[in-house]
Amino acid sequence: MKVLNPKIDRSNKVISIQGLKKAFDDFEVLKGVDLDLYQGENLVVLGRSGTGKSVLIKIIAGLLRPDEGVINVLGQEVDKLTPKELDRLRLKIGFSFQNSALYDSMTVYENLEFPLVRHMKELSKADRDRSIEEVLEAVGLSQSINQMPSELSGGQRKRIGIARTLILRPEIMLYDEPTAGLDPITCLDINNLINEVQRRFNTSSIIITHDLTCARAVGDRVVMLLDGQFQREGTFDEVFSTQDERVKAFYNYNFID
Amino acid sequence: MDPSNNKSGRKYVLSRRMDRIFIELASIYAFIARFFKEVFVPPYEFREIIRQCYEVGVRSLPLISLTGFIIGIVFTNQSRPSLADLGATALLPALISVAIVRAMAPLVTALIASGRVGSGIGAELGSMRVTEQIDAMEVSATNPFKFLVVSRVLATTLMIPALTMYTTFVALMGGFVNVSQNELTSLTTFFTQVFDAITFLDIISSSVKSVIFGFTIGMVGCYKGYNSSKGTEGVGKAANSAVVTAMFLIFIEELLILQIVNAIRGI
Repeated sequence: MKVLNPKIDRSNKVISIQGLKKAFDDFEVLKGVDLDLYQGENLVVLGRSGTGKSVLIKIIAGLLRPDEGVINVLGQEVDKLTPKELDRLRLKIGFSFQNSALYDSMTVYENLEFPLVRHMKELSKADRDRSIEEVLEAVGLSQSINQMPSELSGGQRKRIGIARTLILRPEIMLYDEPTAGLDPITCLDINNLINEVQRRFNTSSIIITHDLTCARAVGDRVVMLLDGQFQREGTFDEVFSTQDERVKAFYNYNFID
Repeated sequence: MDPSNNKSGRKYVLSRRMDRIFIELASIYAFIARFFKEVFVPPYEFREIIRQCYEVGVRSLPLISLTGFIIGIVFTNQSRPSLADLGATALLPALISVAIVRAMAPLVTALIASGRVGSGIGAELGSMRVTEQIDAMEVSATNPFKFLVVSRVLATTLMIPALTMYTTFVALMGGFVNVSQNELTSLTTFFTQVFDAITFLDIISSSVKSVIFGFTIGMVGCYKGYNSSKGTEGVGKAANSAVVTAMFLIFIEELLILQIVNAIRGI
């Protein structure tokens, strides 16, 4: 069980979502979602596959447009921003994709250098190299700097994906299924890394997962998405102390009681 | 009841198909318009453009060399009997040069490039789309359209004309090898006859045509790849569709440009 981060600032909302609705054709995925993320907090969004968890964070990052609702990120309403304003906001958001989304024609070094070359043009080559070494050291993969993504294991790819988002020092981290498809030991490493990122880089994070071990290990607060709305909210134990059969089934399946 | 089983149902299905066609056309128009909007606006991705020029141009050279040379030999060999019947084998260099410069070099280069380059672009961008690499670029505040699409379309538009010139030269050399073996013509005489037969309009129309073919190959490959979906199946479809569509459009463009050039010639 995670020890609550003492640095959480409950007076400072970095993300605030009200009445978010999103449908694809006739299928309504999100049916009026309200959500707040506080400064320094790790918020876990739990839910079954296809319940719209990834859609939620893609809307926050401006990759998808909401049908209805207000999405406020770091004081800015995402769907009202111009492309340039959205790009400036995106520099403060790190997005770790489910399949890492490393650029497979580039080496690890080039993957990490890619955002730096574009957004920190003032940095010299030596400074860029220092930043790359620092994030690689933070994710524990300094030795992989010259490898191609295809030469890395699933866990290593996840770590490099996280390193690539960290290199621009984001204020908010969005993790999409960070432990999906990994073995239990590697999952443990990724969970520790998420907590380490929170401590070391002072980020606020939303972690999308259906892995309860991950939720328990990294979440300061947990919300559960059921039928397009958040049905449960609180600490991990509070969320699962319920008689709701849907929630109990989710717990039992994960921990095989 | 299946709506397609009655008259109004058939109308409904037809209307949905028409909708899809118009939506696709609007989407293609928006894609091309976005290219022209973004190509002139900084930042310019010079490094990526040069890398793509190398991929399209230099890496196509072995295939283009072999194909161009063989086409030159085969075309000369196949044309000889017809000219020999008329006692006009001396006109072979002129015939070869007109055929190669006006039609064969641009067309063959474009068809080879659409197979090699167009399918590669479709597959690469399709794979990047389904593995969320394009989304990753977007959330890191990099314009994926400019980095991926503009650079590739510029590369094909610049490199296909260069490759066409090279194909022309190689095919003419193939023709010369055949002519020199059979008619004992020297290189100087051969190329004198070649240049006497072609006009400024031939060279200009061939160059303009290859620019249009290059643009088509890049644009079709990028459009199909950038908008692919449905996982790995979508990647295969994007690559296949990029080749088929580009080849189809190249033949249509060839026909249209031929009509325009003939009108200029007054034929």
